[in-house]
This record gives sequence, C-alpha cells and structure tokens, in this order.
Amino acid sequence: MSSELQLSKDLQDFIKTWKDKPGNLIMILHRVQQEYKYVPREVALYLSKELNVPLAKIYGVVTFYHFFKLKKPGRHNIQVCIGTACYLKGGGDLLLELENLLGVGVGGVTGDGLFSIEGVRCVGCCGLAPVAVIDGEVFGKLKKDKLPEIIAKFKDK
Amino acid sequence: MAKATVADLQKIAQEQSGVKSAYQKVVLVCGGTGCESSKSDLIYQNLRQGAQDAGLTNVQVIKTGCFGFCEKGPIVKVQPDESFYVEVKPEDAAEIVAEHLVKGQEVARLLYDKNKKPGTKADDIDFYKKQVRVVLRNCGIIDPENIHEYIARDGYQALAKVLFELTPEQVIEELKKSGLRGRGGAGFPTWRKWDFSKAAPGAQKYIVCNADEGDPGAYMDRSTLEGDPHSVLEAMTIAGRTIGANRGFIYIRAEYPLAIHRLEIAIKQSRELGLLGKGILGSNFDFDIELRLGAGAFVCGEETALLASIEGSRGMPKPRPPFPAVKGLWGQPTVINNVETYANIAAIILKGGEWFAGMGTATSKGTKVFALTGKVKNSGLIEVPMGTTLREIIFDIGGGISSGKKFKAAQSGGPSGGVIAEEFLDTPIDYENLAKIGSIMGSGGLIVMDEDDCMVDVAKFYLEFTVDESCGKCSPCRIGGKQILGLLEKITKGQGALEDIEKIKKIGKAMQRASLCALGGTAANPVISTLKYFEQEYLEHINAKKCRAGKCKDLLAFSIIAEKCKGCGLCLRKCPAGAISGEKLKPHVIAEKKCIKCGACLASCKFGAIVRK
Ligand SMILES: Cc1cc2nc3c(=O)[nH]c(=O)nc-3n(C[C@H](O)[C@H](O)[C@H](O)COP(=O)(O)O)c2cc1C
Ligand code: SF4
Ligand code: SF4
Ligand code: FES
Ligand code: FES
Repeated sequence: MSSELQLSKDLQDFIKTWKDKPGNLIMILHRVQQEYKYVPREVALYLSKELNVPLAKIYGVVTFYHFFKLKKPGRHNIQVCIGTACYLKGGGDLLLELENLLGVGVGGVTGDGLFSIEGVRCVGCCGLAPVAVIDGEVFGKLKKDKLPEIIAKFKDK
Repeated sequence: MAKATVADLQKIAQEQSGVKSAYQKVVLVCGGTGCESSKSDLIYQNLRQGAQDAGLTNVQVIKTGCFGFCEKGPIVKVQPDESFYVEVKPEDAAEIVAEHLVKGQEVARLLYDKNKKPGTKADDIDFYKKQVRVVLRNCGIIDPENIHEYIARDGYQALAKVLFELTPEQVIEELKKSGLRGRGGAGFPTWRKWDFSKAAPGAQKYIVCNADEGDPGAYMDRSTLEGDPHSVLEAMTIAGRTIGANRGFIYIRAEYPLAIHRLEIAIKQSRELGLLGKGILGSNFDFDIELRLGAGAFVCGEETALLASIEGSRGMPKPRPPFPAVKGLWGQPTVINNVETYANIAAIILKGGEWFAGMGTATSKGTKVFALTGKVKNSGLIEVPMGTTLREIIFDIGGGISSGKKFKAAQSGGPSGGVIAEEFLDTPIDYENLAKIGSIMGSGGLIVMDEDDCMVDVAKFYLEFTVDESCGKCSPCRIGGKQILGLLEKITKGQGALEDIEKIKKIGKAMQRASLCALGGTAANPVISTLKYFEQEYLEHINAKKCRAGKCKDLLAFSIIAEKCKGCGLCLRKCPAGAISGEKLKPHVIAEKKCIKCGACLASCKFGAIVRK
C-alpha cells in the first residue's frame, strides 16, 4: 500500500456513521478488512486519530480476534475447515496436501501473491465435511485429488 | 407499506394464503449454505426460467432455508405432491419442469425414495419420521427473504398477543410453565433470566441474541437464522416488551455471511412494516435490533465476553456475579439468550406453555436441534423431542455408521463436552442424563465416531482448540490447558508414561475448579471423559506404543509380507516419499526411515501384502 492514505468514499462514510456509536471499533475493523483483506498499519493509525482511541487498543483488538489479519493474504485465500466434523473426515490431510501443492504453510502467501492458506474452525457446512472455502465459494465433500484442479481454476481468475 | 396493525397482519396472512392457493404447485429449493455450495441457486434460477418458458403461471418456485438433510443436498421439494428430490443438479431442472411440472409425472430417478408410493409424505422417510419441528418449523417451508410468508404461518401473532393481551408477568408465567431452558449450553431456565432482568432497576435495558455458535462442528443456529430469521426477531421483541428493554443486539459470527444477509433483509422488512421501530403494531412499545459481528474468537460465545465484544473491546470474560441479567451491556440489565432458545418463544406464547411441556423428559422440555455429523450416513440438521435416545438419532434418523464400521462413540457439547460410549446409546438425552454420563448437552453438536477414530487423538484435537482459544486471562485455563495438551502429545507420540494419566486428571480437576469462565472450566471434559470410557486406548498408546485406530502416525509402522507380495510395483509408484523399493516380480520392501506413514501403499496393494502395525 502506498504511503499516502486514500480511503474510499464508502469506507469514509461508514466510519462517519459509526464514529459516535459505542462499541464501533470491531464493526469498523470488519469494514476495513472487507476493503483491504487485512488491516493495514496506515489505516490503523488513521482510525486511532479519527476515532480518538489509542493505537494500542486497536492492535489489542486486532490481535485478539482470529478473524482480523495483519498481513495481506493472497489474491485467493483458501480456507480449509479444521472444525471437528471436517477434522474427522480428513480436513487435516487436505491442509497438508495444499501446503505441499502450494509450497507455503498456513498463514503463508505464495511467491506470486496468488494464494494463501488459512485453517478455519467450522464454516457451518459440517454436513458436507470436509470443506474448503475459496473466495467465498464452498467446496464440500472435498477429496485430496481434486485440489490441483481447483487451484488451477483459481489461478486464471 | 405503511406501519401495520394487528388487523393488517391478518390481512397479509390471508392475502398470502390466497397467493399460495392460487398456485397449483409450489417448488421449494433449498437455499441453505450446504445446498448453496452445490449450486442450488443455479437450480433455482433454472427452475424459474424453465417454468416461465413453459408458460406455467400456476407454479411458484421459491428458495427456502435448510431442509436438514444436507448430506443429500441439493434438495428440491415439490408441493402438494410431497416429492422429495435429492442430489439435484442444475441440469436436472429442465427434466423436473418438463416431466413433473408440465406433465405431472414425478422424476423417479431424483426422488429420495425411488419407489415412492402415491400418498406418502416426505416426512415419512426415515430421516424425518422421528423428528418434531418446533424451532425449525419454518425451515424448508417458507422463503426467509419474504416477511409475508412468515406472517402467513402465524408470524408476529405471538408478538401481537404479548402487546395487547398479556401482561409481562403472564408472559413469564407461560415460559415458566413451558419449562424452556437455555439452548446455548448451560440450560438455565429462560423464565428466570427474564424475571431477573425485569426486576432489575435500569434506565436502559437490553436484549441480546447469542449467535456466535463457536462449537466447531455445529450449525444449528446458522440454519435457523438462514431459514427463519423472523422467528428470532419476533422473540427478541417479545423479550424486550417483557423486561422493558427497547434495544436489541444480535451478535453473529462473521463466518456466516448468508445468515447475516438474511438477517439484514429481515430487519429491513420488519422495520418497513413497523414490526420493529416506534409504536410497534400501533402499541406504545418501541423496539429495534442491530447486528454486531463476531470476529472469530470462541470465548466470545461466553456471555460476559460477548458483551465486552459488543462494547468494542477484547472479548474477555468477567467474573459472575453480577450476572448480565442484572448488570450486562454497558452495565445495564441484559437478557442474553441463544438463537434456538429464542426460536421457541413465539410457539410457546401461541400454543401455551403446557403444550411445550408436553414434550420431553421430567427436567428437560420441548425439542432439541442437533447437527448430526461425523461418521454417520445421513449427516444433517435434526430436531427431536428431548428424551430421544442416541440410538434413535444415530441409527434410525442418521441411518447408522457411514463407513459400515463399528460405532465407537458420539461426542456432544463440542470442546466443553465429552464422549458418549456405546453402553449409553439407549439413554434418553436430556440435560441431566448427559451430565451424569460425563458429557453435556451443549449447543447441539453431535459428532459420531467409528473404529477409525482414536480417542486420544480426539481429546488432543479438542485441547488444541481450547488452548488456541483460551483468552489467557486466568492461569488455570492458560497454563493447565497447555500442560494437558503437552501430555497428550507425548502419549500420541509413544513417549507417554503411566503417571501422565494421573497428572492429566489432576490438572483437569484444578482447571474445573479454578478457571474464571466455563471455557477453562470445561476444557478438560473431552480428555476426562475419553479416559473414563476408553482408558484402554490410552494404556495401549503408553504401554504397547500402539494406536488401534491408526491415527497416531508416530505409532504406526508399515511393512510388506514377503510371502504375499507379487512384486507388481503398484505401491512403489504410489508412495509419495519414495520409501518403497524392489525388483519387478520380487517382494518389495519399505524403508522405515523414509516412510511418512501416509498409508497410500496399504490402500493400493491388491494382494493384501501390506500391513499396518
Ligand atoms: C466458552 C464458551 C462458549 C460459549 N459459546 C456459546 C455459543 O456459541 N452460543 C451460545 O448461545 N452460547 C454459548 N455459550 C453460553 C453462553 O455463555 C450463555 O450461557 C448463553 O448464551 C445463554 O443463553 P441461553 O440461556 O439461551 O442458553 C458459551 C459459553 C462458554 C463458556
Ligand atoms: S505409508 Fe506412505 S510413505 Fe510409508 S511406505 Fe507406505 S506409501 Fe510410502
Ligand atoms: S502392491 Fe502389494 S503386491 Fe504389489 S509390490 Fe506392493 S506389496 Fe507387493
Ligand atoms: S466442521 Fe467443517 S464445516 Fe463444520
Ligand atoms: S443446506 Fe440444504 S438441506 Fe441443509
């Protein structure tokens, strides 16, 4: 991200509407992450000033909640479910295979910036275990040998 | 539309029934998350387009919430014919239109029951036969994005009754009669919570809905909100009226985008009709609801942590008392209930507490929704009367074990619960019985395990989860959890010692006693209960360095029986680690040092020459 910070109009408006509501920080961080896919430091600094909360509190919140990211994920973030139902049905193996295929571990981003891998705990499709979610698209009853095909599909997107 | 009155509600309901009966056939397409992930939206589009192209003005196609039978999704149901189509593909839409909707011939190959006789109902199939739907009464029946459909099924009638016919005391009395207890896990009587908050002094009281659903492997609340969001909005408004609160919050996981979307639509439609906002239904009662998103912290499901999170802080639990009912959100009296608890309320108000109390056991009334998953054939969302046995759930509804292997255990209550061993399959499920056998009701996750699942590994899995999710505020949870996990890791690696079992029990007890919140207080449950019923498996890991389920990789060894090996070379090609060598037509060997214990060779050999120890 460039050094001079230019927030989109939508994001600015969102911050404006929430600015004076008690308990706004988490909702605003969600909106920030929706825009940037993570919480950039410049934005955190901006929020600190704009909302008049210490930067330490913002980082306290960001680091407490697993959902918020401090590092930019890949263009396509692959979430592999390791909730109980998926774990029992081989979610862990999917994760390993994916790490092998992409050559990065959980939390890492591939060199070309295209993919990142994340382990998540239940996306609420346990009936279809094991499950992975890529850019919001759910892949249920997923088998290891399907992964290369899926990766190829997203590579071109 | 202008603000509605009670008479308007009736009018909408009548009009809506009129709209419905004008259609000869209604096609219900599952729009739950499970089915959406298998393209049910495209099926829906194709069916609509197909019906339109065929000029079928007397057919309605709508998208509903989850039918429960997610395993067999995507589901399409055609009424009034009671045709229950499963595993439908987008390209099947044309055939359904041409054969069924135009010619009136069911498409047999897509029916769940291929030999369906005329006159049988979808509810007659084994998966549904023993189910009773109170919470899920509208799921798979109405279009959750159309408030009129909810109103046509007595929606908001309970609220009207509470506003114009009942006093708050009478509402609480009805809840007391019903025996409804909290469905979020602890089973606290709902009427008492409401009564405390009502009595507590406070200028601004709040109603909160806990939709954080942190149990990994459970999705009851998600499906309820996706399939019938108004049932929760209506109940929260009733709660507001009863205790004198006019603001409500729904705290929902950010991981549930579809549920959030449906709630947003529902709230908007309710406001438009004046079912939320000022002077609801022409009364002098104001109430409104806002959403707050969770951010992936399990501990935020705990009520005091959840309230801290709504306030915008780190979600750390606080000591109770004071309880939220007295001192909750921003220090004000707050009723906080689970999604499923709320989803029962309107039905209780309309049908009466006695009706509700007519279902269930002596101490646990009504029904319970379970997310039945794991090694079971019919995985999905089910609702059964309290007191149903695990055997009925797993074998009658669930169709038995999917792998054809033997049942080993079921797990209820997620990371706070325990395993239920085979000897308890016939125990009627209720809060007390589950506690007695070392598990808990929990929120409704029910995970079935078979012989391929290692009980030590399962315990380790849950401990990894709770260690990861511990907020770190109190030391019994922060340190104790790590210690138990370390011991379990030792055992699964074959480095365990007998005294480790005693150590685990001791630390577990300390965590139970001294943790600040129930996350730490119950974190040892999975290990304590597996120890109780499957101690033998622990001992095998420790003494014989053996994992009978074959899950603990460090304890496995693969080898080739020379006499049986034909030297076909298949395993050699399959091994991803290059650990197998051998000449063609001669017995092959596995180099133990290189072996990564993936089991690919075992699966590939057609001659049964490879064994796992
Ligand atoms: C660690 C932890 C996690 C919890 N997670 C949830 C949850 O995801 N959903 C829920 O409704 N209750 C959860 N609870 C229970 C809540 O604290 C609270 O008891 C419940 O929301 C009360 O509603 P009820 O009386 O309707 O059950 C959790 C409790 C603990 C200790
Ligand atoms: S278990 Fe896997 S790594 Fe080991 S020999 Fe067999 S195929 Fe190779
Ligand atoms: S697959 Fe079986 S028979 Fe063939 S070489 Fe391997 S062990 Fe021998
Ligand atoms: S455990 Fe994976 S979706 Fe629920
Ligand atoms: S999501 Fe369609 S049946 Fe559950």
